[in-house]
Amino acid sequence: MKCNEFVELVTAYLEDQLPADQRSEFEEHLSLCPGCERYLVQFRTTISLLGQLPEESITGPARTHLLDAFAEWGSGGAADVSDP
Amino acid sequence: MASGTRPGSEDPPDDTRAPGSTPFAESELVERLRAGDETAFSELVERLHPAMVRLALTRVRSRAVAEEVAQDAWLGLLRGIETFEGRSSLRSWLFRIVTNRAISTGLKERAHLPVEDGELEHRDGRFSQDGWWVTPPTHWADEVIDRITAPALAGRVHEAIAELPPGQRAVVTLRDVEGLTSAEVCAILDISEGNQRVLLHRARTRIRAALEQEVIP
Ligand SMILES: [Zn+2]
Repeated sequence: MKCNEFVELVTAYLEDQLPADQRSEFEEHLSLCPGCERYLVQFRTTISLLGQLPEESITGPARTHLLDAFAEWGSGGAADVSDP
Repeated sequence: MASGTRPGSEDPPDDTRAPGSTPFAESELVERLRAGDETAFSELVERLHPAMVRLALTRVRSRAVAEEVAQDAWLGLLRGIETFEGRSSLRSWLFRIVTNRAISTGLKERAHLPVEDGELEHRDGRFSQDGWWVTPPTHWADEVIDRITAPALAGRVHEAIAELPPGQRAVVTLRDVEGLTSAEVCAILDISEGNQRVLLHRARTRIRAALEQEVIP
């Protein structure tokens, strides 16, 4: 396995979706190639960063609209309140 | 991270589920919604609405339309909550409503999804003809992870996500940002496991490359 093949298989490896023989080739390459080892670490870092992105917040008008719709729904009105 | 994860050792591949994504206490939440508990609804809206807008944006052109689609999905939730059987998680169900509505809205406004491009950033001279690194990746210092909380780097990641083709954007948002499982994502987007993995891989590849540029100017 070469580096350019290695980088294409990283997600499949992390998802444990590589067939056994390909997986051992992948791991063998990993143990021999510092560049790909760092690549894998960076890939994991990227995934972990994506999971830690600060959350965006809902806009004021959207919140108001939805809470109004909920109040209307709760009072037995039709849920399909639309914008005036 | 460099010391903690020693690839190739015995540590099994993780399922890459985003950390910090705790499952809802679903049945309780559904009961509270049915009972008209505004706090329950409000908390759910605060938590999921922005992601729903982002998901809708992978199918429709403008943020305003995506906003409408997401708001509409909430009304769909209210209409359907009585009959919700919990066969999928509430969150999956909402994302699925968003996807369906965004698709039909997108078709109406004729915003066809661009065809997924198969081109990967790896063909750009990082590898020699023989397939070995020309410029191997360098070590990222641990502060990279801390810097994600800095608005600038988080902003860059959001930009990188926004620049992805729609399919990749939808998958990486649901899998890595929202922390859904691959089975859930396949069901929400109605794609195969293999297709999901390809889209996810391309998205992660591009975002890694964007981070690399950010980290090593
Ligand atoms: Zn290599």
